[in-house]
Amino acid sequence: MDFEFSPEHVALRKMLREFAEEEVRPLAKTIDREHRVPWETLKKAAKIGLLGVPFPQKYGGMGAGETGYCIAMEEIGRVCTSTITNIGAHIGIAAMAIYLDGTEAQKQKYLVPLASGEKIGAFGLTEPNAGSDAAAIRTRAVREGDSYILDGSKIYITNGPIAGICSVLAVTDPTLGARGGVTAFIIETEWEGFKIGSQENKMGIRGSSTSELIFDNLRVPQENVLGKVGLGFVTFMKTLDYGRASLGAGCLGGAEAALEAAMQWAKARNQFGTYIAAKQSIQWMVADIACEVEALRSLIYRTAWLIDSSRPFSREAAMCKLYGSEVASRAINKALQIHGALGYSSDFHIERGWRDARIAEIFEGTNEIQRIVIASDLFQQIGVRIRS
Amino acid sequence: MDFSLTEEQTMFRDMFRSFATKEIAKVAEHTDKNEQVPPELLKKAAEQGMLGALVPDTFGGAALDPVSYALMLEEIGKACMSTAVVLAHHTSQATQAILDFGSDAQKEQFLPLLASGETIGAFALTEPDAGSDFKAVTTHAVHEGNEYVLNGVKTWVGNAGIAGLFIVFAASNPKANGKGMTAFIVEKDTPGLKVGHREPTLGLRGATYHTLYLDNVRVPEANRLGAEGDGAAIADKALDHFRLALAAIALGLTAAAVEAGVKFAAERIQFGGPIARKQAIQNYIADSSAQVEALRYLVYHTAWQAGQGAGLSTAATYAKLFAAQAARFVTDRMVQVHGGYGYMEDYAIARMYRNSRSLDLLGGTDELMRVAIAGDLFKSQQLQIAP
Repeated sequence: MDFEFSPEHVALRKMLREFAEEEVRPLAKTIDREHRVPWETLKKAAKIGLLGVPFPQKYGGMGAGETGYCIAMEEIGRVCTSTITNIGAHIGIAAMAIYLDGTEAQKQKYLVPLASGEKIGAFGLTEPNAGSDAAAIRTRAVREGDSYILDGSKIYITNGPIAGICSVLAVTDPTLGARGGVTAFIIETEWEGFKIGSQENKMGIRGSSTSELIFDNLRVPQENVLGKVGLGFVTFMKTLDYGRASLGAGCLGGAEAALEAAMQWAKARNQFGTYIAAKQSIQWMVADIACEVEALRSLIYRTAWLIDSSRPFSREAAMCKLYGSEVASRAINKALQIHGALGYSSDFHIERGWRDARIAEIFEGTNEIQRIVIASDLFQQIGVRIRS
Repeated sequence: MDFSLTEEQTMFRDMFRSFATKEIAKVAEHTDKNEQVPPELLKKAAEQGMLGALVPDTFGGAALDPVSYALMLEEIGKACMSTAVVLAHHTSQATQAILDFGSDAQKEQFLPLLASGETIGAFALTEPDAGSDFKAVTTHAVHEGNEYVLNGVKTWVGNAGIAGLFIVFAASNPKANGKGMTAFIVEKDTPGLKVGHREPTLGLRGATYHTLYLDNVRVPEANRLGAEGDGAAIADKALDHFRLALAAIALGLTAAAVEAGVKFAAERIQFGGPIARKQAIQNYIADSSAQVEALRYLVYHTAWQAGQGAGLSTAATYAKLFAAQAARFVTDRMVQVHGGYGYMEDYAIARMYRNSRSLDLLGGTDELMRVAIAGDLFKSQQLQIAP
């Protein structure tokens, strides 16, 4: 056993902490207010390699593995959830799908510009009638010569309006359904037939863009099939597994920031003749946040280690997402309570954190879906199938 | 024992429900986005007698019994929590303080204006360094001839943006440590009174919370509410009424949230059927609904007790604490039932969720409610509990 981070990872954390403080934090409030993507930050992030942290250097990445990626999400997550949403969708699912199942040619053509940050990626799975039930997608892909013609639409797609490259799932054989009838494709958003639909007005993570994607007679060459024809669902589900650990890491950053803010305010705020840190109600809230943060940190980095050492990690990654999102929500909720009315004011940053945190319990597979993933895996070990 | 509403209460409830459905619900989203309750809506509510809900008919009020008043806030809270909270600041805090402590002259002068909605009332207690610890106010009043001169800064003054009258709390005897607080009725056009920065808020965006500056504000003796030193008692009593009002609003909010969740779960198809068929969803809805029913009868019971002339104090504290926690739990679970849709501002549940978060803070934090409840319980052991 060895719980120490490698010197490389320690150095990476130090660099990212500085980047987060100097480049990300100053914009966090503005991008929320203005509902805008921080392009200037993303450009700088690309320069330091942040948009390709986990990928090998030969694909334009930093080569820091899942552990490095989790460090990145944690550090940036401490200061701005919108920014890690942009980065997480880009690395954790969009680029990851190509890294996992792309051909060498696809990786050269698409993963390299994504990992180097030259282009931004999006992951097109969700549809109006296919949310948690991802297999119920309707977007069609019909073979025509050496191409596929895509028709349909996707909703709630993070990075939709800013993406240059998008991995999408479409039905190639309606008779087969999710098992064999669904195929993943890599599309370039400049192609004719690709359109951005309405953008969502979200409760939080307003510095990330979420939109509808419309495919209208969109021609995709067959060499852009990602993975095998008919096995797109497998590619996408596997990709989501990878995204979950890092999503939990972003939540860890959010929870740590909530703890720090709560402590600072408990020390600064005087009521009833003393700082409120002297009150047990406040102490309990702080202690409870801190316990959960420690448990979450161990869970995240142990799961990252499973991934980096090529061990099975599906169940653990689901736990990172489930527990991480709930810990982050509880932490920021307690931090808001400690701040009293100030916590409810949009002049201060706690209320933004509170709105931002809530999405993690929902997106990239609702927490209900995570519980099913965890329970299925557990029951499978004693020979019980709970999912058809 | 009889848990049914009287004929009169049922009639009132139906009337409130119809008004809330027809007039308030349809502008709730607009109220939130536009960050104010439409003035014409307040006018219509005034025509219904809602702004003088608790005022005797001799002063032009509707003279509702406390249970009917709770039903009113419940129904309005169902349609739009911002609107309900604006009414509660006006009625349960400002108007109630004059009802309970005003002189005959003050009642005659101010109650008709408040009851008709011609003047909206506000309650200025909180200060930057006196939130939960409100007896630590530093705004001070100096007696000069037949006037008081008020100086200080108040924060988070509910309704300040629309109010014509403020109940202002100030230390009139700094040496008396909290017992030296006095309340004053201050009209908006009094020289030296300035409504300042409006707080942008997570929720309740239709309600207005401002900083209030008092710079040598001269208030005639006749506008002193109660006696010198009565301020703490006046604040405590008005807060009791406000807490019960918030609990009634929370009841409406949670009932509306469950209604929205049930409807969504029945319509949303995933995995080949409505998600209502999934036990995870059933659990959220059943647990939430149980909270709503418990809250409902806690609110009605507390209001009924108030109607019997019992003191509200601890009872209102229980109601508010339970209401805040139920509202947080229920709106959170109903967001989850809505999935991604629940995070979008196009759906009312997102707004309800943001609004609900105010309840753990407004009218005293949850922590303060617990101190009050524990303090009351330990009294039987002759043990004094201070925050």
